[in-house]
Amino acid sequence: MEVAQQEIGAVAVQPATVPVTQVSGSVALLEALIVEGVDTIFGYPGGAIMPIYDALYDYKEKLNHILVRHEQGGIHAGQGYARTSGKVGVVFATSGPGATNLVTGLADAQIDSTPLVCITGQVFAHLLGTDAFQETDVINITTPVTKWNYQVTDANEIPEVIAKAFYIAKSGRPGPVLIDITKNAQIQKFDYQGYTPCKHIRSYRPKPIVRSQYIQQAAELINQAKKPFVLWGQGVILGSAEQEFKTFIEKSGIPAAWTILGAGAIPTDHELNVGMLGMHGNYGPNVLTNECDVLIAIGMRFDDRVTGRLDKYAKQAKVIHLDIDPAEIDKNVVSTVPVWGDCKETLPLLTQLVEAKQHTEWVNKFKEFADKEIEAVIFDELNPGDGEMTMGEVIKHLNDLTGGEAIIVSDVGQHQMVACRYARLNNTRSNVTSGGLGTMGFALPAAIGAKFGAQDRDVVAIIGDGGFQMTLQELGTIMQSGINVKIIILNNRFLGMVRQWQELFNERRYSFVDIQSPDFVTVAKGYGIAGKSIDDRANLSSSLKEMLEHNGSYLLEVMVRKENNVFPMVPQGCSVAEIRLK
Amino acid sequence: METLENQKQEFNITVYTENQIGLLSRIAIIFTRRKINIDSLNTSPSEIESIHRFNIVINESEEVVRKLTRQIEKQVEVLKVYYHTNDDVVWQELALYKMSTDVIAEKISVERLLRENGARAVVIRKDYTVFEATGHREETDNLIKILQPYGLIEFVRSARVAIIKQSDGFNRKLREFERLEPGEDVVENEYLNQGQKVFTM
Repeated sequence: MEVAQQEIGAVAVQPATVPVTQVSGSVALLEALIVEGVDTIFGYPGGAIMPIYDALYDYKEKLNHILVRHEQGGIHAGQGYARTSGKVGVVFATSGPGATNLVTGLADAQIDSTPLVCITGQVFAHLLGTDAFQETDVINITTPVTKWNYQVTDANEIPEVIAKAFYIAKSGRPGPVLIDITKNAQIQKFDYQGYTPCKHIRSYRPKPIVRSQYIQQAAELINQAKKPFVLWGQGVILGSAEQEFKTFIEKSGIPAAWTILGAGAIPTDHELNVGMLGMHGNYGPNVLTNECDVLIAIGMRFDDRVTGRLDKYAKQAKVIHLDIDPAEIDKNVVSTVPVWGDCKETLPLLTQLVEAKQHTEWVNKFKEFADKEIEAVIFDELNPGDGEMTMGEVIKHLNDLTGGEAIIVSDVGQHQMVACRYARLNNTRSNVTSGGLGTMGFALPAAIGAKFGAQDRDVVAIIGDGGFQMTLQELGTIMQSGINVKIIILNNRFLGMVRQWQELFNERRYSFVDIQSPDFVTVAKGYGIAGKSIDDRANLSSSLKEMLEHNGSYLLEVMVRKENNVFPMVPQGCSVAEIRLK
Repeated sequence: METLENQKQEFNITVYTENQIGLLSRIAIIFTRRKINIDSLNTSPSEIESIHRFNIVINESEEVVRKLTRQIEKQVEVLKVYYHTNDDVVWQELALYKMSTDVIAEKISVERLLRENGARAVVIRKDYTVFEATGHREETDNLIKILQPYGLIEFVRSARVAIIKQSDGFNRKLREFERLEPGEDVVENEYLNQGQKVFTM
């Protein structure tokens, strides 16, 4: 690639922390990371990335490298770090299997818009395409799951390419970037002139220009609306627009519901926060989506898990869609007024033009539905009284003890839906979960990263017995790095979500969902991590308290009801208004 | 009832890109993951140094084409994407026909047929002659049918190249892209609600 001079913005060159001289590509890379403000790297060494690791030996004081136990763990940790810190997650892996082990995390980060810069080692440039040892075509493998990727074969390219990588990863709609560096480029010495962060790429428009006529049209629709309804997603958090969002809904008095990645942007108990959208979302927001007259979607992408059947989705409503990514506008739901732009810029403009209102009757309607849902589902889930424990009551007791201040990292499955539905979140960047890709095995490594990204906060990982076994080797990372992560395994001895579907839609044909688990507490003990297992609710609250107060990581296994279902539920192929309470 | 929006027809997608290794694959993936067949694909340097121009032809509904163009334009190295129906572009394909020179020499009618079809000889050797013709698909197809009885030895056709009829070219737009900050007159979704054929960001 020619990194043309005009592609790099006119930004003052940052002085190198080593004298301007001949440096290796590896040193140039690490210098670039320092200027970009990187403090933590998650990675795993191997033959093709050894020169970078060799250089890293001299940078131990400046760059904290966390040795994970599997590259997939490394990239999920990078995601957790990025999600809680708001910074770019950085991951190192070697070539071949090291690089391919990143693919799941790249796909996860791509669909959840998580900013990552992954550096993979590659075989010597002269060996490319020869099926050399541990050579894979990582660029072509990762093209569909990266926002941008690039192979460096000459050390001279490194400063410009890394600058572009960080700029692309974090700007506009964030996403994962992969830079594959051949071993010769890591070793090669070149005249290092310092590092210039990138601020402009000719062909790249991170933010569309905000058009005032669309803001005006949107405001007019909102001002005329009798039953307006806001759906917000992670775009609010990614744009750091939480305050702008809160001001907007408070002035306009519009009830607002969230996608699971949007959770926490405003506190759970905010009076206009009417709950979670989608397949296992709350009853009111789903049913009333098909009753509102104006639907205002902010930083969310109308995923099929949110909309259910598109041909029956909010057909009565005029749709206003605010999104930074033009490709999301009209992709699934056709908008009446598209508001392209960063919601941190567009929301204040909209707030200025909307009338201060209170839609009391309309907001109360959500409360009526909430009451129905509490009676039919929530009360029993959170207060089951007798019998086996429920997942919901674990989250309820956790809320009582954390006061909603903890970061909740959830894996994928029934427990994820329960955690997202019931966890109280007082702060933004507190809900870390694999939303779009639904990656089992995400939570344990992501919790490690989340803790490094927000070291002053409590991090509680909530994981199913199935997902935990996908990446449990990362207990080793916890052990070695000595971090404080609380792990709750909600063990129902099933792959619960699949079992729920089999029960509801496949006539209880429980095909290969009955999963046996090891003694998790003993496994944790093997890694030097304290823990215990409980199956009696009399011990639940005290055990959670013991876990939270424990000095260091702790694993608490809670044996929960074996055949418990997550309700409400929008069955696949149904409209959101057909949500089932039972 | 199918709306005009949903009716499939040929669309010409014009993509201006940086000259970047791997970009062809990145663009192709956008089609393949949606199981959309590319009927014709031409890529070459444009009139502007370091910028390449892709001409892609697909047979799809406008709704699908609009979404595709947005996904393509989203790629970091893509500067601009337009899409047009065949009526909105001037387009040509180049075809080469290899014939036996003996047959050409003996059959005067062949020469006449070639002239009538706007073909010309590009290579004449003892053993074969290569003719060239440019035109729309049906025109170059027609010449195959005519030449086939005289022993057409080999035939090859290029991808489609297309020039947009209503366009002031890309030069002005490029100057805006080269600014560090996008100019105010870069049009956003001007056409979005009008169902027009140009998508710009």
